[in-house]
Amino acid sequence: MTDPMTNMPAMSPPRAVPIEKARSQWRDIWAQFRTHKGAVWGLGFLIFITLFVAIGPLIWDVDATKTDIRNKNMRPFYTLLWDSEARFTWVKPLGSDNLGRDVLANLMQGGRTSMAVGWTAMILAVVVGTLIGVLAGFFKRIDGALMRFTDLVLSLPLLPLLLVMMLLFRDTLRATFGPETGIFILIVVAIGLTSWMQTARIVRGDVLALKEREFVLAARSIGTPSRRMISRHILPNVLSPIMVSATLGLANAIITESALSFLGLGFPSDFPTWGKTLFDSIQYMEEYPERVIWPGLCISFTVLAVNYIGDGLRDALDPRIRGQ
Amino acid sequence: MRDTMDAPQPLVQVRDLKMHFPIYAGLLRRRVGEVKAVDGVSFDVMEGETLGLVGESGCGKSTCGRSVLRLYDITAGSILMDGDEIGALSQGQLRTRRPTMQMVFQDPQASLNPRMPVSAIIQEPLDEHTKLSKAEKREKVLELMDAVGLNRRFANRFPHAFSGGQRQRIGIARALALNPKFIVCDEPIAALDVSIQAQVVNLLEDLQEKFGLTYLFISHDLSMVRHIATRVAVMYLGRIVELAPREALYADPLHPYTKALLSAVPEPDPELAAKERVILTGDVPSPANPPKGCNFCTRCPAVMPVCHETDPETREVSPGRFVACHLFADEYTAAGHAPAVSQSAGQGATSSPQETLNQQGETP
Repeated sequence: MTDPMTNMPAMSPPRAVPIEKARSQWRDIWAQFRTHKGAVWGLGFLIFITLFVAIGPLIWDVDATKTDIRNKNMRPFYTLLWDSEARFTWVKPLGSDNLGRDVLANLMQGGRTSMAVGWTAMILAVVVGTLIGVLAGFFKRIDGALMRFTDLVLSLPLLPLLLVMMLLFRDTLRATFGPETGIFILIVVAIGLTSWMQTARIVRGDVLALKEREFVLAARSIGTPSRRMISRHILPNVLSPIMVSATLGLANAIITESALSFLGLGFPSDFPTWGKTLFDSIQYMEEYPERVIWPGLCISFTVLAVNYIGDGLRDALDPRIRGQ
Repeated sequence: MRDTMDAPQPLVQVRDLKMHFPIYAGLLRRRVGEVKAVDGVSFDVMEGETLGLVGESGCGKSTCGRSVLRLYDITAGSILMDGDEIGALSQGQLRTRRPTMQMVFQDPQASLNPRMPVSAIIQEPLDEHTKLSKAEKREKVLELMDAVGLNRRFANRFPHAFSGGQRQRIGIARALALNPKFIVCDEPIAALDVSIQAQVVNLLEDLQEKFGLTYLFISHDLSMVRHIATRVAVMYLGRIVELAPREALYADPLHPYTKALLSAVPEPDPELAAKERVILTGDVPSPANPPKGCNFCTRCPAVMPVCHETDPETREVSPGRFVACHLFADEYTAAGHAPAVSQSAGQGATSSPQETLNQQGETP
């Protein structure tokens, strides 16, 4: 193996040729990611909103749940531009609700919860969905059982199921982990465990197709065991659909949490989330549209940003697209 | 060093290999039959030789090659690989034996993981079976790339950045990584254009010489098999109908199917091209429902009543030449109106094959 071949085609380089240093794959991925404008904007917004909810409350140090009846129903500062008569005070720059709670502080505090619920539930759903999808697609023996189970969960009416779960477990969890953490765990698990099915189905389909590709056969001829076959050959190739369902899952989780809070089965009433702020304000929508617009925009833009990031990441992680 | 030239030992012995794929149908997915992709195949591959496996599309060539490497769980039969019986081993037990036997695949695009750089693809066998350090593995990968004529500088590129021929070289480098003895080449040149085909075939020959490899070369390209193989096996509908040394097979095909197959090879010389062609009528029967008797009896130009009744056994009609056809069965040759194998073997290709067929066609 050491002596150079004599009658090789001319491509074989002399051994003195310096070997091209390994280019960092992550740098290539970043370079490709940057060419996707929407993804860069999305990433920018996501960083902004994350800082806004994470660091914001440290700067704007107002208790979001504190009622201040004297300063209730304040308008945001920008209404002064067209209505100089508007009720406004600099203590509430984005206005206050009917109980005098600060809208800006509510957005920050609510964002923390919404983002935390969204990300955790999405990660849980994607992990469970990917696991079940890959196992069902790769191991024929358990495929039937796993997919029938998936169908079973899919056929359950989700909202009543969530309500029942809340009623059954709320008090136990509250007692064990405290009112807020208990509800957080319950909501995350409930949303996560009721939204993994789409991911599982998509992933299974892709795995079934991939399994018949020759490179998987090649890996088998090498003697790669199934677990490394999955981690090395299957998972990287189903990354795109997983990424897509992850972005959709985040949006779905934030929205489901809002719906639960709206039904009064989510977080306690003095615990703001974007969804709950939104629903609390619906009855005042005509008079004070800003109370609906701001949390609504937060939800929409976060979901949109994550969708774009997922889009950009999917392209950046695919070496075939990256090469062009 | 083992001297392979003087006394060739069979490296691979395949006996009565069967690979049947079940067919499920109906509401309850009941098993209603099976596709007999490979149905009782026996052959030896001598150490250091290239056994060509030819046949038309769908005759079970690829399935046969994959079954020999135990990429499938075979239905029946025995495979003796380098003295080891691997026919009945589980996939887990096979793992330690994988390094001796490797495969080069047909479609170089599909056989490389699009998400792995070339170095990782070639390194995968090393990761699985050796305990080399990272630097040693890297050095070995680069040596392999040199050996198959790939530029070392491209080690970190992804498969999509290579041409078809280069991708096939990557596949070959991966197959070579563990210093195997036996490589199944599953139509390695079918997806390449002609100029690249020659390069890849020459590369395979050079590597064979250098590393003392043994090939099972699956192809439908008869002229390429003539170039590379030392012996040739002809498959039809899951069976080997004829197995013979290359020269003998191309000069004097015995089995009617081999004759038809060889007469389909285009002849560049227009004068020689005028020779009569054997044109088969009809289609290949379904491997799920092969005909009674000889598999070829539905299309054979020299068909006899016995062909519809009993399956011809494979017999050695002259040293090293095996054929499965009733034309060469003892009871017919003994009767004196058979195409006398010894005669045609002795006189070379002088007797017209067509004539022999016609003679035989009249014999009851």
